[in-house]
Amino acid sequence: MNHNDLVISKITGAFPDAIEETGMFRDELTVTILQEYVHGVCKLLRDDEDLKYNFIIDIVGDDYLPEYPRFAVSYHLRSMGNVHDFRLRTMVEDPDEGPKTIGDLWKIATWLEMEVYDLMGISFEGNGSQRRLFLPEDWVGHPLRKDYPLGYEEVQFSFNYDAIQEKKPYAGRRQLGDES
Amino acid sequence: MLVPTGDTVAEVTVEELRAKMGTLMEIESEENMLLSMGPQHPSTHGVLRLLLELDGEKIVNLAPDIGFLHTGVEKSMESKTYVKGLVMTDRMDYLAPMSNNLGYILAVEKLLGIESPPRAQLIRMILVEMQRISSHLVWLGTSALDLAAMTVFLYAFREREYILDVFEMVAGQRMMVSYFRPGGLWRDVPAEFEDAVREFLRFMPARIDDYEGLLKNNPIFLKRCKDVGVISGEDAISWGLTGACLRGSGVDWDIRKKFPYLMYDQMDFEVPVEYEGDVYARYSCRMREMRESLRIIEQCMDMLPKVGKEFNLDDWKFVPPPRSTLGQSMEAVIHHFKLWTEGFKAPEGYAKVSIESPRGEFMCYLRGDGTSKPARVHFRTPSYVNLAAIPTLSKDLYVADLIAIIGSTDIVLGEIDR
Repeated sequence: MNHNDLVISKITGAFPDAIEETGMFRDELTVTILQEYVHGVCKLLRDDEDLKYNFIIDIVGDDYLPEYPRFAVSYHLRSMGNVHDFRLRTMVEDPDEGPKTIGDLWKIATWLEMEVYDLMGISFEGNGSQRRLFLPEDWVGHPLRKDYPLGYEEVQFSFNYDAIQEKKPYAGRRQLGDES
Repeated sequence: MLVPTGDTVAEVTVEELRAKMGTLMEIESEENMLLSMGPQHPSTHGVLRLLLELDGEKIVNLAPDIGFLHTGVEKSMESKTYVKGLVMTDRMDYLAPMSNNLGYILAVEKLLGIESPPRAQLIRMILVEMQRISSHLVWLGTSALDLAAMTVFLYAFREREYILDVFEMVAGQRMMVSYFRPGGLWRDVPAEFEDAVREFLRFMPARIDDYEGLLKNNPIFLKRCKDVGVISGEDAISWGLTGACLRGSGVDWDIRKKFPYLMYDQMDFEVPVEYEGDVYARYSCRMREMRESLRIIEQCMDMLPKVGKEFNLDDWKFVPPPRSTLGQSMEAVIHHFKLWTEGFKAPEGYAKVSIESPRGEFMCYLRGDGTSKPARVHFRTPSYVNLAAIPTLSKDLYVADLIAIIGSTDIVLGEIDR
């Protein structure tokens, strides 16, 4: 039994209705599970004697805007003993009620979740240090979302210099969805 | 204490500042002193701000504050074609642009399902290993400078200059090379390339001996490095450390050996591992890595004449046709036009590639949606992850030790903030 099948059979054995779908693309295994099982499955993968997925490479947030559920979180896990990587994925229906944090399983996970929260706006239940990381603390919006505009700066010429200067987006000045 | 808010400058009381820093870390005792180190501190190697809670000179607590160099690379790449996005990867880890190029290009190639010819792979390996040496030289120079060893900095930069000259020779640029392209290289290496690299291989081993001679028996350097910033192998794995930080803690892990990419599986080289887990172990790991890189370069140079002459994939769907064909073939003109206006289309799906960059594991995650632009690009940059371990490494040590620890984790802020 290769490692891909082993992962799937172990997860199915412990959580029979956790797996939504599995996919292979370019020799990479992606296992999509339901959101409420994330912590349990991660704990199983880390502690099981045959699996030992002891290293978390990264947590990535994804946005599929027109579709529902819109957000996805991918956990890239690695077993150093078996020399095997795979992707654990979960769809997130409500970004304010994201999956449970796995910061208690891997110390780095809290830090990786903070990046997802800052740029994609998916919050992790129980992660106590969710705050602005890359962006200024008064920033509005989460830039990696598909509905967040890229933003261009208008070119200033001598005849319209002041008009453009007035509405130039400086850090600290409120913008985008500001109600006040 | 003055902090700017918006257009005006407001005065903040000590209580407000305490409250503000409390959101970054938990302050243990009201008696302790709070100190903001950086973002302009010379030994933070870039614009990193560290908030320290100090009991005397002892570090009780520490919180990194990042984002001063955030440029939104991942967001910008979503609006560019796959080839145009390449230039943005150079600007992330500005000490190792070749490695960033490689990680991104390998991910694009994996998503497309193509592979570059052997000559391109060998040239990529030579350049990436030279990049590793040049990056380690900057690390060696600057982190030794932080520990008051002035001399080695100048020597290290002399050799780095030579490597950058080689890069200029092949790519026309010293730093922002953008030399690797999907399916191969921008152009073949010039005729002088072989002599230049051979010359580098000839003088470099003795130069590494020189650096070691300057540091290895230097009692001040040893006292500041040994038994400082110790982390066990188990903790290092839990903290996600990679590169020399992981190997310095006794974990034998190198992506080049475990998940070989390019032609690393045909190379004969060792992975240096040290077991102490302190600053000195990370130092000796990197020094030994430089020697292994030289071995890899030598083997690649020996193999280079034996493989074919093609340096690009012969598929005009992904690689632009050579300039010489444009005057003769209508098909070439069409492909050229298509590639430079619209770009190639990538299939729907995900691709993830990990490479061993000088700082550790560099991962590129791509999501294609059937168009010529990526739907999502994400980089797992080693510095971002390694930075998170600094509070643990420096707990209950002195501020002077923190300088040595930051140097030994070898972070690059352009890569952390991207």
